[in-house]
Amino acid sequence: MALNFLSLPDIPPRLRPKLVRGPRIPPVLRDLARAFGDSVRDLTPIVSVIAFFQILVLGQAPDDFLTILAGMLCVAAGLTLFVAGLEMALFPLGESMANGFVHKGSLSALIAFAFALGFGTTVAEPALIAVCAEAARAAAVAGVIADDPAAIARYALELRFVVAFAVGIAIVIGVTRILMGWPIHWLIIGGYALVVMMTTLAPREIISIAYDSGAVTTSTITVPMVTALGVGLASSIRGRNPMLDGFGLIAFASLTPMIFVMGYGMATN
Amino acid sequence: MDWAGLIFSTFFGTLRDVFPIVLVVVVFQFLVLRRGLANPARVLTGFVFVVLGIVLFLIGLETAIFPLGRGMAEQLITQAISGVNGDGWLRYGWIYLFAFAIGFSTTMAEPSLIAVAGKAGDISGGSVGVFGLRLAVALGVATGITLGVYRIIHGLPIHWFIIAGYLVVVMLTATAPRKMVPLAYDSGGVTTSTVTVPLVAALGLGLAGAVPGRNPLIDGFGLIAFAAPFAIISVLAYAQLSVTMSRKG
Repeated sequence: MALNFLSLPDIPPRLRPKLVRGPRIPPVLRDLARAFGDSVRDLTPIVSVIAFFQILVLGQAPDDFLTILAGMLCVAAGLTLFVAGLEMALFPLGESMANGFVHKGSLSALIAFAFALGFGTTVAEPALIAVCAEAARAAAVAGVIADDPAAIARYALELRFVVAFAVGIAIVIGVTRILMGWPIHWLIIGGYALVVMMTTLAPREIISIAYDSGAVTTSTITVPMVTALGVGLASSIRGRNPMLDGFGLIAFASLTPMIFVMGYGMATN
Repeated sequence: MDWAGLIFSTFFGTLRDVFPIVLVVVVFQFLVLRRGLANPARVLTGFVFVVLGIVLFLIGLETAIFPLGRGMAEQLITQAISGVNGDGWLRYGWIYLFAFAIGFSTTMAEPSLIAVAGKAGDISGGSVGVFGLRLAVALGVATGITLGVYRIIHGLPIHWFIIAGYLVVVMLTATAPRKMVPLAYDSGGVTTSTVTVPLVAALGLGLAGAVPGRNPLIDGFGLIAFAAPFAIISVLAYAQLSVTMSRKG
């Protein structure tokens, strides 16, 4: 399968830069320098979009140019450090733990880990907390719950736990799938069929919130850890293919919250 | 600008987010698996890099990108509502272009997507193009957000679009190369994160509050949800296209 749109030709030996003897640059710094170049490339689209709309469409230059430049440098440096840290810590850690569980051979420990990883990382997710607070206010205005602060706070908290529980269950289902070697598409398509069915039954004001809750659950640190867990499991178990079986955990994590939140909406209605 | 306050709150906010993961990892690594780390110094340095990276990234977004992006969304909406751009499609023309461009460009900068695409490139032995994959996801998200904006402006029910989107996903799954299916499903979930959600949510809530007859509580949510099915469609189509092209070539 040739899926590579961008393949660079090999540089002939004659044209390769000669290594100059001198102070040796530590490999970490060299990697960071290359990663910084990638980060700048990744941020070019967003800078161009902002510049285009700001200058050509709205006809104004941003007033605090230095602050914006400093902010942009922070974004590029942050992305660089994050990507470097992924390769050094999150990926190897996730994979070595997956490997450890397979060698220990304890199914219950693996399932407990899968649930804890999903639940623990979601319940404190700031994007989720924000969405649940908004959703609770919306529910109060729509008259689903009483319009007082205590009821709103309770609803938001319950919603948060429902979503976190759903993500925990999702990782457990996804890990079980990898262990059993079930093909992913039946589970996912079945899940979405359930979402469609529940959409017709659930109260209208919960639907958009349920759909959004599926999208906000997977944070920047959870995604690499969960991906490494899946790939690590698929690589450690004989007969599993990392491409075919290792991916897909995130897909479950964005599916189950929709089902659970709509179920919660139907139960509280 | 209150830099000290911003740095302080972002730093502690990030530590609070990282804490549950560290707790789960420590409990299972040392109490259940009872193994030491293979390379503790490297893992620890990497973890510090991840935390510092996220802190810097968020501070930069908060100072440079979010205020500009939110302000622009507001101004474009005010312009469109006042009708200076003309009628019909022209009226909201810039908004549609903005939605597409913001969907595309924020997805290209999304750290989770960089992580998953990089991993896919590694384990496929280079047969999955990392940059091509991210480009496909970003185009899918851009299309989804644009359609989502269309839905808010015209007040159509969200589930028509989402259900139609997933029907296309089901059809494409039947013919797509099998090895790409799990990755495509995953890319639906990782697309919307740190960079995309705040800007897109601001656009959605702003539009739902400004377009006559829309209720921000009902129409403002759900814009993010458009990203996932269209990202999946885009990646499946990209995989299909790559296979077809390599067969012909």
